[in-house]
Amino acid sequence: MSAHAEAHATQHSGGHATHHRNYVKIWAILTGLLMVSVLGPMVGIRLVTLIAAFGVALVKAYLVAKNFMHLDIEKPIVGWLLAVALILMVVLYAGVAPDVEKSKGQGWEKTAGYHYMSRQAQGEAKGAGEKAKHNEPGTSHP
Amino acid sequence: MSGTRTIATTRSAMGIPTGRLAIWWVLVSEIVIFGGVLVSYVMHRLGHPEWAVEAAHTNMWAGAFNTLVLLTSSLSAVLGHQAAEQGNGPKAARCLYLTFLGGLTFLIVKSFEWTREIREGFTIQAGGFWSFYYTAAGLHAFHVMAGMTIMLWVASSARKNQDLHRVENVGIYWHFVDIVWIFLFPLLYIAK
Repeated sequence: MSAHAEAHATQHSGGHATHHRNYVKIWAILTGLLMVSVLGPMVGIRLVTLIAAFGVALVKAYLVAKNFMHLDIEKPIVGWLLAVALILMVVLYAGVAPDVEKSKGQGWEKTAGYHYMSRQAQGEAKGAGEKAKHNEPGTSHP
Repeated sequence: MSGTRTIATTRSAMGIPTGRLAIWWVLVSEIVIFGGVLVSYVMHRLGHPEWAVEAAHTNMWAGAFNTLVLLTSSLSAVLGHQAAEQGNGPKAARCLYLTFLGGLTFLIVKSFEWTREIREGFTIQAGGFWSFYYTAAGLHAFHVMAGMTIMLWVASSARKNQDLHRVENVGIYWHFVDIVWIFLFPLLYIAK
């Protein structure tokens, strides 16, 4: 790089050095992790699905933030700002989740019609239930 | 551009050029917006196990392909940043045009996906799951469109070696959009 181009680059970018990283390699790792998150649920084990889907998503997000957004060499104030926003997310969840996820609490109870389903889903759920009934041992099939 | 420079380039606060600091501020507010939607979805999904029946209708392969497209567009965005750091404006612009193409591919796939789902009766009013699905994915698609528009604008000046600091700024925004999709993909397409 010429001295002029170097000065130009530093002036314009604020000094984030990007040329030390192998971005294609990081992209290849991200693609591999994507394959894991797609293939994981095919195993059919709930825990494997959860790890493959959400665990891998966390790793992918970390890799993008660290290597593509250069969060690891960014000034600490940025990390603090992001942390405040993420903490607000946790506070929102902790404050509201019990009311949303529980069926009853102190002085309130969700009525039977609370869990809304579309007509298609109702039909499919009914069909799946009948199918399971037919498959029960000892049930005679017409 | 000779003689005058924008404040975002010449002034810094907290040791960060103000243009880049502004982008981080935008992203902090975006975390609150997307975080609110995602957290609300997670708590409702846990409270409504029957949504699994609805979620089974989303096309995982379309979602996976779009994830690959966004990851690849993030690669071209960061390569554009690298070119801008080296003072190579035309190369940075080419990388941003590729990123723009990635965004366009993402939106095309999304439009086919939504058309199929709406034709099958899964509209935004078809139930709680679909309300969240269209709100979260729609909000994200809106951010993709905004990023693509800004990307074209930044690329046009980068091509002439002007305002190269903006290449990094628009890149940071684009990577954030990518990260949001990284979480939307398992939530809407894999957890069934």
